Amino acid sequence: MSKWGELPLIFERSKAGRCACSLPRYELPEAELPAELARSQAPRLPELAEPDLARHFSALADRNFGIDSGFYPLGSCTMKYNPRLNERLAALPGFADLHPHQIPEDAQGALELCFRLQEALAEISGLDAVSLQPAAGSQGELTGLMLVRAYFADRGELGERRKVVVPDTAHGTNPASVTMAGFELQPVKTDARGNLDLDDLRRVVGPDTAALMLTNPSTLGLFEENITEVARIFHDAGALLYYDGANLNAVCGVSRPGDMGFDVVHFNLHKTFSTPHGGGGPGAGPVAVRRELEPFLPVPRIVRREDGSFALDSEQAKSIGRVRGFLGPFGVFVKAYAFIRVYGPALREMSEAAVLNANYLLSRLKDVYELRYDRLCMHEFVLSACALKREHGISALDVAKRLMDFGIHPPTVYFPLVVPEALMIEPTESESLETLDAFVEAMLQIAAEAAENPELLHEAPHDRPVERLDEAAAVKRAIVRYEFGESAPAFRQPSAGT
Amino acid sequence: MGTGYLALTDADREAMLAAIGVASIEELFADVPEQVRLKRELELPPPASELEVERELSELAGRNVSSGRELSFLGAGVYDHYVPAIVEAIVSRPEFLTAYTPYQPELSQGVLQAIFEYQTVICELTGMEVSNASGYDGATVAADACFMAAHATGRKKIAIAETVGPQVRQVVKTYAPGFGLEIVEIPHSGGVTDPEALLAASRGAAAAIFQQPNFFGCLEPAPDLARAASEAGALAVAHVDPLSLGVLEAPGAYGCQIAIGEGQAAGNRLSFGGPHFGFLAAKKELIRRMPGRITGQTVDRSGRRGFVLTFQTREQHIRREKATSNITTNQSLCALAGLVYLSWLGPKGLRELGETCLGLAELARQTLPVEEAFAAPSFKEIAVRLGRPAEDVVREAKKLGVNPGYPLGRDYPGLEDVLLIALTEKRSPADVARLAEVLGEVLA
Repeated sequence: MSKWGELPLIFERSKAGRCACSLPRYELPEAELPAELARSQAPRLPELAEPDLARHFSALADRNFGIDSGFYPLGSCTMKYNPRLNERLAALPGFADLHPHQIPEDAQGALELCFRLQEALAEISGLDAVSLQPAAGSQGELTGLMLVRAYFADRGELGERRKVVVPDTAHGTNPASVTMAGFELQPVKTDARGNLDLDDLRRVVGPDTAALMLTNPSTLGLFEENITEVARIFHDAGALLYYDGANLNAVCGVSRPGDMGFDVVHFNLHKTFSTPHGGGGPGAGPVAVRRELEPFLPVPRIVRREDGSFALDSEQAKSIGRVRGFLGPFGVFVKAYAFIRVYGPALREMSEAAVLNANYLLSRLKDVYELRYDRLCMHEFVLSACALKREHGISALDVAKRLMDFGIHPPTVYFPLVVPEALMIEPTESESLETLDAFVEAMLQIAAEAAENPELLHEAPHDRPVERLDEAAAVKRAIVRYEFGESAPAFRQPSAGT
Repeated sequence: MGTGYLALTDADREAMLAAIGVASIEELFADVPEQVRLKRELELPPPASELEVERELSELAGRNVSSGRELSFLGAGVYDHYVPAIVEAIVSRPEFLTAYTPYQPELSQGVLQAIFEYQTVICELTGMEVSNASGYDGATVAADACFMAAHATGRKKIAIAETVGPQVRQVVKTYAPGFGLEIVEIPHSGGVTDPEALLAASRGAAAAIFQQPNFFGCLEPAPDLARAASEAGALAVAHVDPLSLGVLEAPGAYGCQIAIGEGQAAGNRLSFGGPHFGFLAAKKELIRRMPGRITGQTVDRSGRRGFVLTFQTREQHIRREKATSNITTNQSLCALAGLVYLSWLGPKGLRELGETCLGLAELARQTLPVEEAFAAPSFKEIAVRLGRPAEDVVREAKKLGVNPGYPLGRDYPGLEDVLLIALTEKRSPADVARLAEVLGEVLA
């Protein structure tokens, strides 16, 4: 632990009278501000000179881990390399300093880029029309369900169609989006092969069904083998199919959601198309739809006029409205479009490499960690630490924490919920065989350590700035902001809860 | 192979296929039914080299008239404030840039501590007790606030001032049907909201939302509006400009329960509207109703201070359909830029910046050859009456190299001759003089 030392909060580095700020001060007339509107007590913002500011945030960066730091097989998050070219392009003054209220004639380059990205996403998804507006995957989901809602309202069927079917393997965002869009959740089971249970599905789908939300390949990393039958069941019932694009990285150029029978798709540009996730955003969650749903897309739409110029169209009477400010996270669009331009039709090779990498890891690990659904996987797979738990008391969490000692970010753990002690592993196409082998070696060593030295795993990680943290105490103490003027910082005291 | 982003060699692929026990990559896709396979190439432009992509996108960027290429007074929700170099240097650190959401706290203390500091800074600015880790933008956080208020009060009506940004109101209306909310708008009176009108509209409402300074740049009688909301039993929600809060009172100090806003002005470039961040802060009793990530302080096994995502039982990955929101990815990196920027300013810089904005607006008021549309005091934007359609004036002024502002008639029928002029510290008194000259010429 010693190499890390203790890192003060920025407020603890602060000293009255210091200021990094350097802005012009003009000769200006005095403005009158009504006393009741004027600030009564200054906000206690940090007071540091710029060198200390730089050191503080550099020290914070040192305590973080990104894709550039090492292997990051976080399942369903598609942590692929983020090309630096994309950052340079998004920062071009013609993009980064363009005001969103600029008149369209003077923003033609930006509008054309958006339009081209829309066209590329339509082709990749096999659907007809795209809105780039949603800010992230989960907002894309919500937007998709709002479109479903508007579609049925327009047909006078919204009264009956109350239910959205969601498999038990779904990301938590799916059921949460169902509630936010004003629908009711109808869960459906997974069968022994990891596909949707068709009997259960036929039982629950009926005249009250509005839609299915499906991730394909699923969060188990398995392609839905009965997808055409699933689509038939929903379409025969007059319902729609929604594709959660979280796992699109498996099938670009191989199989398109539109061809599978989906009516609405959302993309995660920060997963499939390499835009960096920034430690929790920004993302981007464009939606693509079949022609029948186009009238309901968010406004403004970006349209190409007959003379080839681009314009914004807000005159769409059936539109659900606006889901976010302006046209969406434009800077993210620049990065995603640059990525698509680099690959072009070779996006298929990207997906093939992602699937090859995942199957390679699966083949090398499945004899040591349990595999519930013994099939080839797509771009990710889910192992279970059940045997380690049963035999040695080692949990998925212990495995995850020990991986950190090898300089590897852990997989997603305890998800999907249908696999106990789940370790969900997604290597992406970015990784070399050497990196994959190093991960395999680490996983095998950890399995051996579970038998020989379980304490080592319980105590992991060993060389991070903190050991395992007390999450229950965080809720109990509810310290969610720095408390100024505390005489003795609490962080040197042992936790009362443990 | 068209790209240097892939590391596998032909020999690697052969060895891996052998280890898997299949003969070809094609076999790995055996589970994909024949009838849903794409039997052609994707119809996309052919692969391009890094240099070619840079040329192509630079050409597109060059077709835009960005803020450096004309003297621009555009604001109306997104503002051309100076972004210090240190902000971009820090958010470019790959450990921040290329990380995912901090699910594993031992590998994420950097971003978790930064969020904790961000939450503190937002609470200090707004006078609130809890803040989330950020929302998508200043519009979606308003919808979040509505959802919180509806849950907290059991009421379904939302009263929102017409002087709240049009896009904010549009997003609230888009979210309303799913939440089962009824939205009532409060018309303005002389550019500001009448507390009596807000009181009347807020009876039976979960929340009353107003903006300070409002979309017209006018300062609302915010304490009176908060009082009226409370009197009606509604939560008072203020949508505020973070950079105004060195000189303007904190919403928490005049009785608001929730403060929200667009964070772009703090350290984020215009970027044609995004990505930016929204902030959402509230009084402590609302913490379990809050959407989004929250970071909390705790201790590790040895008693060392550390930070974790907390109150996660509110969130979708635990609560699924009963969650407070579906949000997962938010705007961490943009919020980090906000934190670095506000730390760079400090209390003194924030106050001076506010004074500069106030002074520039006053200078514009005194020197522009146009009359003000509204009598209320302003912060950094002023609405002026041109006596002719503002859209025409914008087009003519642009020919002289000046973008004079935002025509309010785009959103407010009846205000077609009103122009909204934004004045940030990047506009000097000489720039204001040039604007006066151009407006004089165009309006002559």
